[in-house]
Amino acid sequence: MGTQSISIKVNGVDQTGEVEPRLLLVHFIREDLGLTGTHIGCDTTHCGACTVILDGKAVKSCTVFTVQASGKEVLTIEGMTTNGELHPLQAGFMEEHGLQCGFCTPGMIMASHALLQENSNPTEEEIRFGISGNLCRCTGYVNIVKAVQYAANKI
Amino acid sequence: MTELKTSAEIGGMGHSVKRKEDPRFIRGRGNYVDDVVRPGMLYMAIVRSPYAHAKILSINSEKALAHPGVAAVITGETLKEYNLHWMPTLMSDTQMVLPIEKVMYQAQEVAAVIATSRYAAADGVELVEVEYEPLEVVIDPFKALEPGAPVLRTDKEGQKDNRIFHWEAGDKAATDKAFKDADVTISQDIYIPRIHVASIETCGIVAEFDSVEGQLTLWMTSQAPHAHRTVFAMVAGHVGLSEEKIRIISPDIGGGFGGKVPIYPGYVIAIAATVVTGSPIKWVEHRRENLQADSFGRDYHMHAELAADKDGTMKALRIKTIADHGYTDAATQPSKWPAGLFAIATGSYPFEAAFCEVDGVYTNKPPGGIAYRCSFRVTEAIHAIERLVDILADDLGMDPAELRMKNFIPPEAFPYKSVLGLEYDSGNYAGALKLAMEKIGYHDLLKEQKEKRERGELMGIGISSFTEVVGAGPSKDFDILGLKMFDSAEIRIHPTGKVLVRIGVQSQGQGHETTFGQIVAEELGIPVSDIKVEHGDTDTAPYGLGTYASRSTPVAGAATAMASRKIRDKAKKIAAYLLEVSEDDLDWEPGKFFVKGVPDKAKTIQEIAFAAYTNHPQGMEAGLEAVSYYDPPNMTFPFGSYICVVDIDSGTGQVKIRRFMAVDDCGNIINPMIVEGQIHGGLTMGMAPALMEEISYDEEGNIYGGSFMEYLMPTAMETPNWETAKTCTPSPHHPIGAKGVGESATVGAPPAIVNAVVDALSHLGVRHLEIPLTPEKVWRAINGL
Repeated sequence: MGTQSISIKVNGVDQTGEVEPRLLLVHFIREDLGLTGTHIGCDTTHCGACTVILDGKAVKSCTVFTVQASGKEVLTIEGMTTNGELHPLQAGFMEEHGLQCGFCTPGMIMASHALLQENSNPTEEEIRFGISGNLCRCTGYVNIVKAVQYAANKI
Repeated sequence: MTELKTSAEIGGMGHSVKRKEDPRFIRGRGNYVDDVVRPGMLYMAIVRSPYAHAKILSINSEKALAHPGVAAVITGETLKEYNLHWMPTLMSDTQMVLPIEKVMYQAQEVAAVIATSRYAAADGVELVEVEYEPLEVVIDPFKALEPGAPVLRTDKEGQKDNRIFHWEAGDKAATDKAFKDADVTISQDIYIPRIHVASIETCGIVAEFDSVEGQLTLWMTSQAPHAHRTVFAMVAGHVGLSEEKIRIISPDIGGGFGGKVPIYPGYVIAIAATVVTGSPIKWVEHRRENLQADSFGRDYHMHAELAADKDGTMKALRIKTIADHGYTDAATQPSKWPAGLFAIATGSYPFEAAFCEVDGVYTNKPPGGIAYRCSFRVTEAIHAIERLVDILADDLGMDPAELRMKNFIPPEAFPYKSVLGLEYDSGNYAGALKLAMEKIGYHDLLKEQKEKRERGELMGIGISSFTEVVGAGPSKDFDILGLKMFDSAEIRIHPTGKVLVRIGVQSQGQGHETTFGQIVAEELGIPVSDIKVEHGDTDTAPYGLGTYASRSTPVAGAATAMASRKIRDKAKKIAAYLLEVSEDDLDWEPGKFFVKGVPDKAKTIQEIAFAAYTNHPQGMEAGLEAVSYYDPPNMTFPFGSYICVVDIDSGTGQVKIRRFMAVDDCGNIINPMIVEGQIHGGLTMGMAPALMEEISYDEEGNIYGGSFMEYLMPTAMETPNWETAKTCTPSPHHPIGAKGVGESATVGAPPAIVNAVVDALSHLGVRHLEIPLTPEKVWRAINGL
């Protein structure tokens, strides 16, 4: 199978390479770049564990080909901390006990980040709708909603 | 509430200490199995059967082997060379690793492709050609028991039908007599459908065999790494794998809920593959494989009956169950009773007589039967009793809360021996229900419902007053393939007073790294920030049976307290030596021993720890460490009362949970924040099968619900804002009075929701509805269809 050249800015760093056209963005992020904070939880784009920000929009990186992201900017969970300081969403998840096993957490934080970028003061209903593409099996969402509210109050 | 004995800085029991595991998870720095990469690692993907029952005529790997990147194709014949094509289940049944003659359920493993990338492995799967000859499929467990049904387990010598076991408990004659003498009897068929835990991380393994050292290292999604190590050593001992050379690392686990207790064929194939190829092998399931082939929960067909006096006094209970176990009995429940802890079916009520029987049945479905955040058939049992109580209330025209209050086992009756043979440790059932009624405003809700009903609006109120049984378990009743269900803790105090705690149980999100440190902080007065907790590595952790069935706190939590107390006993001797007094002259407060009446004359635990390595008494061994293997004297019995309020859209049948008040009593609480989180999660996994989730099969054995396209899990939109409250009735036999909490809400929530929906429709003549309460099912009930 042939390859294609790509150039993607991931967490502010230019990444170039030759990839198979069928390579999913999530595999490029996890396996080619070794950024394993982005997780894979399903094969039908339902669970949201692989959510990253692509040019400002939350996408499920298991349903984006790496070549589609070429020339664009990707933000993953690893890019949320600046100079060692937690993003208010990261702090909120810890403060409000918005995570248990931690597997959905990076995707949940990225989806919430996109939500707060669009709407910095969401209602509870808007938060619930905003994260409804991300499944969590541990928390029952109550504390995730609180974590997003915590961040919204800080930002 | 749990009494605070330590300061917030020490962070012992009752403090909402922030979780120690969170800093890595919120940064994407967790280390899950799929994050493990080894040099030269190959990837495995599995060819699965499209048929539920078929002969395998041939498997042709030629095209797959010719594909770039494909290194090997492993079949049953490959494994047969090593006598690894069969394995025991944890229930002492047998299971194919890879088949040679026939497949027994759809999605069963047929062959495995090993390749240099996951893409090449997936290509290889498409290129393996398998020829099948379909056989008659047995899906309905009732039909499976009929004479003349095809016998599925032809591999089992002496197996003449599809029955796995028949189990009974209680006094049949006394129960039958009580039914005959009763004023009122009710009966109801109740089916608890097949569901799947669907932890967001699927199952997987990285297997690495060092042929020079004979060392096998496995990074594995395991809820019971030690037990799995022993099973691997027993199964593969004949090919040279020896237990001291098997190391299982269960790193961060992305949710378990029972689904990571069984040993799946994929793990064993990956182990065989690393031995055969000499390369590390990674296998991580796709979600569809996970839902279609891994261990399921429930699938219980119950016929439940209750006898009572006309004043509402409950007298007798009778339940007959057909349990569909699928192709093999791989239920992963370690009690000596084939139906697990179904004997909890008398629930929170003092029946005079009860009789339960369960028949386990083979069908052409995947094996399993336990996994789904529940301690061994407790959810099924509680669903039956809590539905029956509501049906009885309806028949007698009594308020369901009043009927429960009238019948509860009273607090003074504990320890209470049930007629089905369990000894409940402690409880205050009326206290929990009373609090739930106050918190939710029960009587105002009744008034509101009456008004709404007059306006034609559908509103329902449902109660569930459940009793859980967790903490497997006493060695006389519980084992996995002979391994008793004790659990363990090993504590080392370093010279500077800092602590390393290693435990035999394994977290999949429960927060053990925090809460087990809090137990030590409580017992020794050492700040929780100075305590490091490790688990999940069989080379370093003491032997334990793992985390499931809410057993971590009841068993390993007790071991942690007991090991701490051994350390405190030694510390007292050192303190007496340092203070030049007799041990009898010393008193303890968290963090220090002091001379009675002279609080200034004291030695802190940190000073004592330093002395243990620098200035210990002559004749005493140096160091400050202890190990405990705890065999619990009894199970623990958490309980609670839940009240659910639903509004139903009469046009669509959509159920909306408006409010849900959960009052839980899990005894003494280690970390209130974490307990609250466990209850939120448990409630959501109780709501899920009540309203949404189900796996079913057509008559040819094709699965419905085999991907997230069809298996509907709750999102933040369906999940209500759970309300919680607590009562506290400590376990009298547990060293720290705790009971376990992870699964209570999954047990208690479904009947509260069903009772609420049935209550909303009762004036339309609805007496019972089967879960999941989908809009279509509810709409049909509203319209009498």
